[in-house]
Amino acid sequence: MSLKKEPDEGITFDTFMEGVWRQNPVFVMVLGMCPTLAVTVSAVNAVSMGVATLFVLVSSCLLVSLIRNLVPKEVRIATYIVIIATFVTLVDYIIQAVSLSLYEALGAFIQLIVVNCIILGRAEAHASKNPPLKAVVNALGMGIGFTIGLLALGATREILGAGKLFGFSLFGEHFQPWVVMVLPPGGFFVLGGWLLLFSFMRSRSEKGAAHE
Amino acid sequence: MSKHRIELRAAPHQHSGHSVPTIMRNVVYSMLPICGFSVWQYGLSALALLLTVTATCLATERLLNRNANTLGDWSAAITGILLGLTLPPAFPLWMAIVAGFVAIAIGKAMFGGLGHNPFNPALVGRAFVQAAFPVAITTWVPAFSANRFSEFVPTTFTAPLMMPPDIVGWVKQQGVDAFTGATPLARWKFENVTASAHDLLTGTVTASAGETSALLILLCGAYLAIRKFMDWRIPVAVLGSAALTAWAFQLYNPAHYPDPLFVLLSGGLMIGTIYMATDMATSPVTPVGVWIYGGIIGVMTVIIRYFGGLTEGVMYAILLGNALTPLIDQYTQPRVYGTGKEKS
Repeated sequence: MSLKKEPDEGITFDTFMEGVWRQNPVFVMVLGMCPTLAVTVSAVNAVSMGVATLFVLVSSCLLVSLIRNLVPKEVRIATYIVIIATFVTLVDYIIQAVSLSLYEALGAFIQLIVVNCIILGRAEAHASKNPPLKAVVNALGMGIGFTIGLLALGATREILGAGKLFGFSLFGEHFQPWVVMVLPPGGFFVLGGWLLLFSFMRSRSEKGAAHE
Repeated sequence: MSKHRIELRAAPHQHSGHSVPTIMRNVVYSMLPICGFSVWQYGLSALALLLTVTATCLATERLLNRNANTLGDWSAAITGILLGLTLPPAFPLWMAIVAGFVAIAIGKAMFGGLGHNPFNPALVGRAFVQAAFPVAITTWVPAFSANRFSEFVPTTFTAPLMMPPDIVGWVKQQGVDAFTGATPLARWKFENVTASAHDLLTGTVTASAGETSALLILLCGAYLAIRKFMDWRIPVAVLGSAALTAWAFQLYNPAHYPDPLFVLLSGGLMIGTIYMATDMATSPVTPVGVWIYGGIIGVMTVIIRYFGGLTEGVMYAILLGNALTPLIDQYTQPRVYGTGKEKS
């Protein structure tokens, strides 16, 4: 029942903006929390993770969309996983080749992109039902939304936890680092803070819409 | 339709006459002697610390409850004073503001306000700054230094977000002999030196602002217990189980483990037991449950102190007890009168 004929509507601005804002994977759907909490110790790590995920997301959505009419629905999940795993392996080797220190900082979370529910979710819910171009635009939005989410967390944690942003010192050498922010609890505190902000903004706009 | 001849109501039928604000106000009163002693002992810095933390807590409470004025129940004041008493007297004020905000915002308001918080708000605030600023929260100053009423400790007015200055040189100028900069618990842990019970009772040791004089805290607690503003079983259970555990360890190896009296009187055990473990919102309600809760806190305190990386374990022991409270309550429900033994 999930493999209905694709909807008629073409690519709109919302196809892209869905992932960036309305259905932001971090702040609204709260998906992919494992890398979100684990690697956002610094802004650089966060952006690298976001871009790696973005690449895997876009490439696998394109491929899934291209073969959407060839794959029998009984084996579709396995097919998606093989496709995603291929691109994750690519990213894994690329990061290792480009920057070994970054590779060590991200650790097992690069390989774990393969089970990131955002990617599988997009493949299943969107790419498998839409033409390639639309799937790519949507995946691009999702990936950018995910990167923005990670960057927001990573920047907050790096500013408070080390007084730096992208490695540049912001407050001089007498800055008192908030040690908790680079520890796992800090990830939860900061994520909670951002989620709070977003749900506050959402409730505000809903209230505003109700008044009109 | 018809008028009831007999008024039918669900239990409880008797009211103790205490309202939440009455109880809270009396707890605040009972803490004033401890605050006074702390200020007398540490001077202006302790005063500034207590006032700052309390003001932060009150302001946060007001800010986060814009629809209802909840300052009148005095609970934010208790959190503020308690939090101030658990911090070192020379704690930088900007960090104290962080602690106060976290205590009320994350510790209490986030869960729905008074009565809904699973953890003691003051301890949440302290745990946060303990994790965030581990150095500042273990920087101690000597008690009864000569000019404590004329000057502040240099760390008190650290610029926001900046690291507090080193106070070793300042402490030397105070003319205090043989100041080691360590609490009795730290000295026991790292140097195997125990402080005498007399010093611990009267508070002439180095510690957080309000945890120095065990005797004073006990007296204030006795007032609360006599007026039935707190459950006397909790302190008895905590102190009893802590003493028993410490005594068992001492039997096992008298050379290494201190005597139970030292364990009871040192560190934050007294103030934690009397004012934090007894928090009504975060402790069990059944009498059996209260004994279990207190027992767990006492044992955990001693175990964390002896085997943990930190010198003091009361804070985490109480937070752990708070976390277990719903479970304890669930399994210690008394049998309803007139029903069978089987669980429904």
